[in-house]
Amino acid sequence: MTRTTHRLLTVFSSPIGILAVVACLALLFLAVFAPIIWGAAAAATDTDQLSRGPSAEHVFGTDGSGRDILLRTLVATRLSVVMALTATVAGVVGGVLVGLLPLIVGGRIGRWIVAAINIGVAFPSLLLAIAFSVILGQSGTAATLAIAIAMVPSYGRLTHNLAASVWGRDFVSAARVLGVPEWRSVFRHVLPNVRDPLLVNAAITAGNALLAFAGLSFLGLGIQVPEYDWGRMLNEGMTRIFVTPAAALVPGAAIILAGLTFVLLGEVLGQALTPASRGRITRRLRRLRPTSAAPADARPVDDDAVLSVRDLRVSAPGADEQWLPLVKGVSFDVGRGEIVGVVGESGSGKSVTLMAVAGLLDAPLHVEADAAHFDGAPLTLGTGARASSLDHRLGQRLAMIFQDPMSSLNPALTVGSQVAEPGLLHLGMSRAQARTAAIERLEAVRIPDAERRYSQYPHEYSGGMRQRAMIAAGLMGSPALILADEPTTALDVTVQAEILAQLRRVNEEHGTAIVLVSHDIAVITSLCTRVLVMYRGRLVEDVSTADLREGRATHPYTRALLATVPTMTTPRDQPMASIPDDADFSEGSPTAGVEVLRAADDPGLVEAFGDPDRVAEEIS
Amino acid sequence: MASTTTTVLALAAQQRRSNPWVRYLARRALYFLVSLFLLVTLAFLLVQLIPGDPARASAGEMAPPEVVEARRAELGLDQPLIVQYLRFWVGLFTGDLGDSFTSRTPVIDVILTRAPATLELALLSVTIVLVIAIPVGLAFGALTRGQRRPGTEAGFTTVSAILAVIPEFLAGIVLVYLFAVNVQWLPVAGRSDVSSYVLPVVALAIGPTAALTRIVRAETLTVLEQDYVRTARAKRMTPARLYGRHVLPNLLTSTLTISGLLLGGMIAGTVLVENIFAWPGLGSTIVRSIQGKDYPLVQAIIIFYGAAVLLINLVVDILLILLDPRTALDKS
Repeated sequence: MTRTTHRLLTVFSSPIGILAVVACLALLFLAVFAPIIWGAAAAATDTDQLSRGPSAEHVFGTDGSGRDILLRTLVATRLSVVMALTATVAGVVGGVLVGLLPLIVGGRIGRWIVAAINIGVAFPSLLLAIAFSVILGQSGTAATLAIAIAMVPSYGRLTHNLAASVWGRDFVSAARVLGVPEWRSVFRHVLPNVRDPLLVNAAITAGNALLAFAGLSFLGLGIQVPEYDWGRMLNEGMTRIFVTPAAALVPGAAIILAGLTFVLLGEVLGQALTPASRGRITRRLRRLRPTSAAPADARPVDDDAVLSVRDLRVSAPGADEQWLPLVKGVSFDVGRGEIVGVVGESGSGKSVTLMAVAGLLDAPLHVEADAAHFDGAPLTLGTGARASSLDHRLGQRLAMIFQDPMSSLNPALTVGSQVAEPGLLHLGMSRAQARTAAIERLEAVRIPDAERRYSQYPHEYSGGMRQRAMIAAGLMGSPALILADEPTTALDVTVQAEILAQLRRVNEEHGTAIVLVSHDIAVITSLCTRVLVMYRGRLVEDVSTADLREGRATHPYTRALLATVPTMTTPRDQPMASIPDDADFSEGSPTAGVEVLRAADDPGLVEAFGDPDRVAEEIS
Repeated sequence: MASTTTTVLALAAQQRRSNPWVRYLARRALYFLVSLFLLVTLAFLLVQLIPGDPARASAGEMAPPEVVEARRAELGLDQPLIVQYLRFWVGLFTGDLGDSFTSRTPVIDVILTRAPATLELALLSVTIVLVIAIPVGLAFGALTRGQRRPGTEAGFTTVSAILAVIPEFLAGIVLVYLFAVNVQWLPVAGRSDVSSYVLPVVALAIGPTAALTRIVRAETLTVLEQDYVRTARAKRMTPARLYGRHVLPNLLTSTLTISGLLLGGMIAGTVLVENIFAWPGLGSTIVRSIQGKDYPLVQAIIIFYGAAVLLINLVVDILLILLDPRTALDKS
């Protein structure tokens, strides 16, 4: 059983899936059998009972000719659904062909087809269908064709957008390089890869076709007497709505139910064919509290420290309805004016720890701590306390810098207003004061021409400048602590040095403590006085940088980490060391305490560049 | 003199290359004009493609052959196609779109007397859609972020999905039944005082409002995942400021792009709503003129609707570039 079939089965056995299947089967049953079973009864006119209300004989009453409204509605299912599905099939096939054509034809003609599709999409399909029904006349067949044609542009654009993204991928390019004809690549490689979203959309399109069809018939441009579909019934019922409302309301309800059936089918197909979300598991989990197995840290909170955390635990909802611990009881202190580094591999919990301390973790993550003090006051909240009660203090005294300066500034607002914002929010500044202060801070972080730069947008700044603007925003208050989460990772090396120098300057001038998270141990040792090493959610080492340099680290992971850092004396004729992915430094694991360094995988690189003498020979 | 002109042209060309705004607007204007050209051409060809004889349709089914021929000459249908086509364009610019076959009045008069009613209906509905959908979608996005309040989310998704499926003509019929048949609070047909606007506008706005609310909520959830929202939260501000100042502007780009399509659909929706509420606009006219084979009127109304849709798209694109120059310019 493939994964898709498995997912289909799972989704179709969920309540919403079962509902969709039942609704589809009911619709199918009515479309096939209703005219056979009730066709004659629905056509029978009861002249004694014209425009009657509901009775035992006629559940929803009769129309102006004395015909049973419910039976007519049921019988009309076939024409309504068949016409809609015919139009959908024709429109979808046309749309797919038109959407793929630009790829097959290519070049200028291809671009023209795309432009034509785009122009067609601008016009609403009902308008197109009305226009085409002028040419094709007013009949069921004409309306079907008109709706199908009107569907082509939007479905064509969807196909083209999906296909164009697959077209650029390597395996398709490879096929084209190998000389496979365009049309064959399109049908063999592109179409199967865009099939799922096209199917989902076809279900929704069918629903729209049904409504469009009802609309055209309602206007009198679709099915003509003596045939009838739901739209035609609405048209006749509308004129008599004051006499027999059911004549309009019953077919109306049928249209909505049928439309919802297609929407539901699309929704269920969408769930089955696109990667599943973990929503339901999370919901069920929220009622359970995570339990921590970590031993409580007995040390009392250090009141002199700017930040003091005891037994911080963060958990996330995991796959098997279990809470997955991300941070497993971490305790540390940061002294005033101290620069502390946090290192560890990705996923070791260093960023999560920082975000938890800043109170920025959001549901579904769960944060707990025995105690946490910041700047002399507790950070922890009792039950029922509002998180916003901490806002003012944190807003003034805690600054944050994030990893990616490209995405950390709001693209829709000027950089200056974002820098000035803390002044307005927490320092009681007027707009003009905040502006002046912000320009000062921008100058302090060496943004040239700060006055003009104030009113520019982030996209007009370089990466390094954005990160300095983030620091400037942090400096608006008088922060006691800056939490910097990989502030230089996304920047190139020269800019990195600049940002680190800027942080050091802030530390020296204002006595601001800094916690610097990085996976780059070289960055850490150059700036920090103390290093916290995290490994798989635990703090495994708290060591001064001096000790670290002298090789006095105790934890095997720290030692392994240090050994991977190349120095000026690292022998260049040997492969560079790295920590294997499968190494486990947890206590009690077989590799713990063992030297597990492995040579880098690519010896060719070392051969070519490793031996300077040989390189020199080769050059000369 | 010639060299000055060349220099000016060269400078203008250089500026065009260097200034992305000018380049974008030029492209957009070209696209608008090409679309308009195609629209008019297709509306012209529409009548040529109709099986049957427009001259006979105009003169009447029972008219003798010589009357039909006279009528053909009068309408210019005996001319070569290209001449008819050029005359059609001249007519568009001079406001001479011929006479309606049925009412024998100039088509331009019909358009001018009936268009205001349609535009009123459309603009009122559009305003209501935007005014309701954006705050409500934002609020539900905020309430259900990070999979909070699963009950609220399920309720919102279900109700909005059902409302979005209900087409305007069904909404109209249900509204007529509820507020005009049952309780007789509101007038059910025609355009008179303010109360007569309520039902048609609500009928037209209800589906698009639900659809746009869903889109705004989905976009809100996406924006809330962005790094800059984390930055804003790190600054500790009130939810009102966070959503109003940091989230909302980033929603507008995608919301507007989609509203463009939605609003185009509403223009078409007026046709159905006008037919339900006997609204004296173009929507009730077009159906009658299609059934009555009143081709000059059909052509003119189709051009009117098409041009309205194209104009909406143009306005949306210009708003987009004003709101978020970077994204809009990148896309071009």
